[in-house]
Amino acid sequence: MRCCRPALLTPPLLLLTACSGWQSSLDPQGPQADLLAGLFWVFTAVLSAVWLLTMTALVVALLRRHPARTEPLELNTRPERGMARTVGAAAALTLVVVVALTVVSYGAQRALFSGGEAPLTLKVKGHQWWWEVTYEDPGPSRQFTTANEIHVPVGQPVHVKLESADVIHSFWVPNLAGKMDAIPGRENRLVIQASKEGVFRGQCTEFCGWQHAHMAITVVAHSLEDFERWRESQISAAEPPDDPVRKRGMQIFLSRPCVMCHQIRGTPAAGKVAPDLTHIGSRLHIAAGTLPNGRGNLAAWIVDPQGIKPGAHMPLIKLNAEEVEPLARYLEGLK
Amino acid sequence: MKRLPPIAAALVFLSACEREDREFRPSPVAGEGDAAIALSSIAPGPGGTEMRADTGKAYEENAYHLSEGKRLFTWFNCKGCHANGGGGSGPALMDDRWIYGGEFQNIVQSIGEGRPNGMPSFRGKIPDELIMQIAGYVRSMGRHVPMDAAPGRNDDLMPRPSEHRLPSSPAVTGGTVPPSGQAPQ
Ligand code: HEC
Ligand code: HEC
Ligand SMILES: [Cu+2]
Repeated sequence: MRCCRPALLTPPLLLLTACSGWQSSLDPQGPQADLLAGLFWVFTAVLSAVWLLTMTALVVALLRRHPARTEPLELNTRPERGMARTVGAAAALTLVVVVALTVVSYGAQRALFSGGEAPLTLKVKGHQWWWEVTYEDPGPSRQFTTANEIHVPVGQPVHVKLESADVIHSFWVPNLAGKMDAIPGRENRLVIQASKEGVFRGQCTEFCGWQHAHMAITVVAHSLEDFERWRESQISAAEPPDDPVRKRGMQIFLSRPCVMCHQIRGTPAAGKVAPDLTHIGSRLHIAAGTLPNGRGNLAAWIVDPQGIKPGAHMPLIKLNAEEVEPLARYLEGLK
Repeated sequence: MKRLPPIAAALVFLSACEREDREFRPSPVAGEGDAAIALSSIAPGPGGTEMRADTGKAYEENAYHLSEGKRLFTWFNCKGCHANGGGGSGPALMDDRWIYGGEFQNIVQSIGEGRPNGMPSFRGKIPDELIMQIAGYVRSMGRHVPMDAAPGRNDDLMPRPSEHRLPSSPAVTGGTVPPSGQAPQ
């Protein structure tokens, strides 16, 4: 028996591996996620206790010796009354537990959806298979659009308005908040807040087609000053390149179908149906979390998006071999 | 003998097992070099193009290509001038009349090379592969494609019956350009 103990212990331990990290609701990093994790542990504790009690009662009942009945038709009301009392008490206890859990969960919901002012409002629109992110601002010139990456200041609630361009998606960043669907023709609202600096991963959690699994979103939480610096740089248009290779890359981009779909603010490229590339070089990942950002991966993506993400709505565009490098360098430099 | 009916019934289910292929990118071998459809200079009236391969069929009989074409029709703003096919500043595309011919290759040419009275050329702006998908979709608006491949109902409000419910009628030459679409001479 000794030999097999590790083997028996492994499966429960495996379950625990998912409990921390950059995509885990059991490792809450904000007040909304704290509430939900709290609910999870309260429910788990209460329901485990109920289960244990029930199982114990069941085992006790099975093991208890029953006095043999001599006369099957004889009415003996004393034990019956005892049993009725036990069942009644158990039913009452169940009611109390159910009501108490309902109240606890209702309280958490109220806290989660109790509006309140937020200094920052984002519009997040799900597309097959990427996220469009718009930072709203009363001044239209300070509003900007980016993709697949959200930056938030630590300690501030951020309102997220969820929309969809095509089918139903669902937005879930487990370390920061619960999930919320993005439904075409409707606006859903969610509040997220990070209490610590860090990078968190979110994932589309409503099956939305071929590349649903490759539809992630990255949330970067930094201090207010860093956030403001980031925001200013995102508001600005793309810097025109100054070295000849990147200049050539820009020409290639502007003379190719890329401009029909992608926008690079500060250039004639003004497509609105694909991720905004104005500051693509500043993002951590490309293609909705599919690949880490970098010149090599940008080149790989441009050469064969369908090999990396089959079915994605970016077509294969035939380029000459010597055009790929300048193009990748140009995009990489769009910080 | 008694086993036959259940076996036959089970076989019926297999008929649904062959699934249409989704081709996400043009085959690299066929894609090298010339375009699948040789395009000649623009000329009014149908004709002037020759089909290299059985290209049209591959696009018109494939539900995936047609639905992609439908999405791209909006993405590349064909809607801006042709509305949902009913016509605006550009001619209607869902009727049976065609100024430049209603065959697959005519439509590929209309999109790729443009047409003199205000239809812009999309060659080099839209990859050839996608032009074919859009052309297939334009053909589906006149239901010149098989009913089971044509796109079905939209998720949002439909301005007209879905493509697979439109009546099918053979293409006729002699469409007209609405006055608003005519380039000043
Ligand atoms: C038909 C429209 C279309 C064309 C044309 C197009 N793209 Fe894209 N592109 C997309 C879509 C859609 C995505 C998002 C794909 C996904 O993640 O599912 C994308 C993603 C990208 C990304 C990753 C963006 C990010 O934030 O992760 C890069 C880089 C890119 N495209 C570069 C290019 C270049 C360079 C060209 C021209 C050679 C080009 N694209 C042409 C539609 C297009
Ligand atoms: C700027 C407005 C405009 C846009 C955008 C536009 N078209 Fe056109 N289109 C026209 C006009 C005007 C004509 C008629 C041209 C003529 O008669 O010479 C036309 C003609 C056509 C024809 C030929 C019709 C016939 O009867 O033979 C087709 C097919 C067509 N367009 C498809 C498209 C598709 C597909 C797109 C999107 C990729 C598109 N058009 C985008 C304006 C436009
Ligand atoms: Cu999804």
